[in-house]
Amino acid sequence: MIRFTKSARVLAAVAATGLMLSACGSSDSGGGSGSDGGSSDGSASSALCGKNLAFMGALTGDAGALGQNMVGGIELALQQYNDKNPDCQVNLKKFDSQGSPDTAPGLATQIVNDDSIFGLIGPGFSGESLATGKTFFEAGLPSISPSATNVTITQQGWTTWHRVIGNDDAQGKADAAYLTGDGGATKVFVIDDGQDYSKGLAGTVKDALGDALADSDQISVGQTDMSAAVTKVKASGADAVFYGGYYTEAGLLAKALRQGGFTGLFMSGDGSEDPNFVKVAGADAAEGAVLSAPAGPPPADFGASGLYATQSYDATNIFLAALDDGASTPEEINTFIGSYTGDGVSGPIAFDENGDIKESKIYAYFVKDGKLDVDNPQAIS
Amino acid sequence: MDLGALFGSFDSFLSFTIGGLVFGAIYALIALGYTMVYGVLQLINFAHSEVFMYGTFAVAWVFVFLHGTGSATWDLKQAAPTLLVALVAAMAMSAAIALLLERVAYRPLIKKNAPKLIILISAIGASFALSEAMGLRDRFAGWFGVDNKLANYVTPAKARDVYTNPVTIEPHGLFDIGGYTVTDVDLTIIVAALAMMIVLDQLVRRTRFGRGIRSVAQDPESAALMGVNATRVVQITFLIGGLAAGVAATLYMMKIGATKQSAGFLLGVKAFTAAVMGGIGNLRGALLGGLTLGVMENWGAAVFGNEWRDVVSFVLLVLILLVRPSGILGESLGKARA
Repeated sequence: MIRFTKSARVLAAVAATGLMLSACGSSDSGGGSGSDGGSSDGSASSALCGKNLAFMGALTGDAGALGQNMVGGIELALQQYNDKNPDCQVNLKKFDSQGSPDTAPGLATQIVNDDSIFGLIGPGFSGESLATGKTFFEAGLPSISPSATNVTITQQGWTTWHRVIGNDDAQGKADAAYLTGDGGATKVFVIDDGQDYSKGLAGTVKDALGDALADSDQISVGQTDMSAAVTKVKASGADAVFYGGYYTEAGLLAKALRQGGFTGLFMSGDGSEDPNFVKVAGADAAEGAVLSAPAGPPPADFGASGLYATQSYDATNIFLAALDDGASTPEEINTFIGSYTGDGVSGPIAFDENGDIKESKIYAYFVKDGKLDVDNPQAIS
Repeated sequence: MDLGALFGSFDSFLSFTIGGLVFGAIYALIALGYTMVYGVLQLINFAHSEVFMYGTFAVAWVFVFLHGTGSATWDLKQAAPTLLVALVAAMAMSAAIALLLERVAYRPLIKKNAPKLIILISAIGASFALSEAMGLRDRFAGWFGVDNKLANYVTPAKARDVYTNPVTIEPHGLFDIGGYTVTDVDLTIIVAALAMMIVLDQLVRRTRFGRGIRSVAQDPESAALMGVNATRVVQITFLIGGLAAGVAATLYMMKIGATKQSAGFLLGVKAFTAAVMGGIGNLRGALLGGLTLGVMENWGAAVFGNEWRDVVSFVLLVLILLVRPSGILGESLGKARA
């Protein structure tokens, strides 16, 4: 029913002004100065100069803010590159999937049919990655995702698909170890929002917890009434809650849990590691919450902000490094990415044969004194 | 049947039920807007969810204006004066958006005798435009060069991101029913929603305005012949729906405290469902439908798991419509007796 209504509204929007408005919403963002991550000496003259990188992810819709963070990181890297290489300009084409696996395949076809695009930064989310991976692989278009962490994506044999972020398996195991170790929990209640990313992460946590798992439940994206979940958590006698999902629902859940009298530990993953988590939950309810992420804090002078901005910046710089290296075809770029080793602002980067990042450290961030303390995370893997 | 076994414990059952009633009350207030417009125009006002969403922003803006952006936790008594100001602002905002909607998306088409489907599409388009306009409010402010001055209102982080009330309203337990503690916030929401519904119900049944609304709902042409200004009646209908949505927005922000430009969608779908469940076009049906839907959702979540909550409520909707195609209470706005 909800699905039907949604698609009916999407259809109607084509005839309505909404579309025009969202179109102008996805122009300029990000920019500004920042740390020097460019790898160019100003002498690039690749055949790919003047061509485009593509970004596919959510720019509008519920998760639009995350995509805007990514574009901020990408545009920062491109701006630094273009400033240094006046005779080799690389531009960005943005494709707004709204994070939906239903919308993404159409955009993927558009992207692979566009000859001016030599690489993709994205897809943003795990669901859309699984829905489009085959298209990009068959077209031979190399891609680096800054944020899609579902474990199964890199098990499909898509040799053009890479990610600069640790997958959910590594994070989930580290989270479970933290919950029962430093977190001191004996019974953990696990909740997710049913999306590919969230189910993957929550599933790994559940498996790794073993006997310490009290019970589990699922909420849905956009849900604001958490009273049923809170009742279940309290009835289970759990002393900790792990949530797999994004910061809006995580914040609402943390708030409802505290107001419902739950006093145990609240932990969530990288989807919730955002200052907005504290805003939504309120400073009191968020206090003491632990949010893990497969990335260290960005450098102090980094010129883009928000979750996944650093990873997007790094992914862009890998493509630009391929350009400087003289790569001129998608195959050459893909080979370059496969053998790339370097230090990005999000950490050391190198890929294994599946396209997963080789070394990924998981950090736990804490909410302290009413703020998400992004500068002092604890390494938990 | 042993409720305790089904819901874990009897205390849990009470907790699920009361939690459902609180949200059901909010559904009911939004459902009112759908049902009023349907009663008069036989049209679903798909943009009504946005009328509600603008109200939630008005509440948050009032708190930011009076309190600033720093995070704080207040109890209900401390927040009450600000909440009253926010209530007035939210009602004004929602009513203004509802009237704008009527003026721009409805009246020109109704005047031209456009087919119902066209008006429906116009409403859906208006819904998108309103929602995206809120998501782009930083750009609009930028056009007028006031984006820095209004930064606290338009760009908390990014305009499309979640926008929060800086003041968290901390509920306090009032009394216990079984093992469940009813809080002041929960009680306020249920009582305020009921009071609003009773006032509106009486308004439609007893006043001159109400008689006008009912007459247009029954037979617009005869009503016009009897000297009822149909355009004005439609306007008042939208106004009342908007006011109710403003109250719903205030209660929602009291409980949830966060909103975004897409916040209206899910609640709109739920409220529309509640309206259909209770009998669309029927004010008392909206209340009954809202409360039923809220409670059924939580019971479904309790017995089958949270991921089944929507399945349970929509199966219930289908069952009700199979037995009573016009909803639980069925009768339309026009047939309500004075």
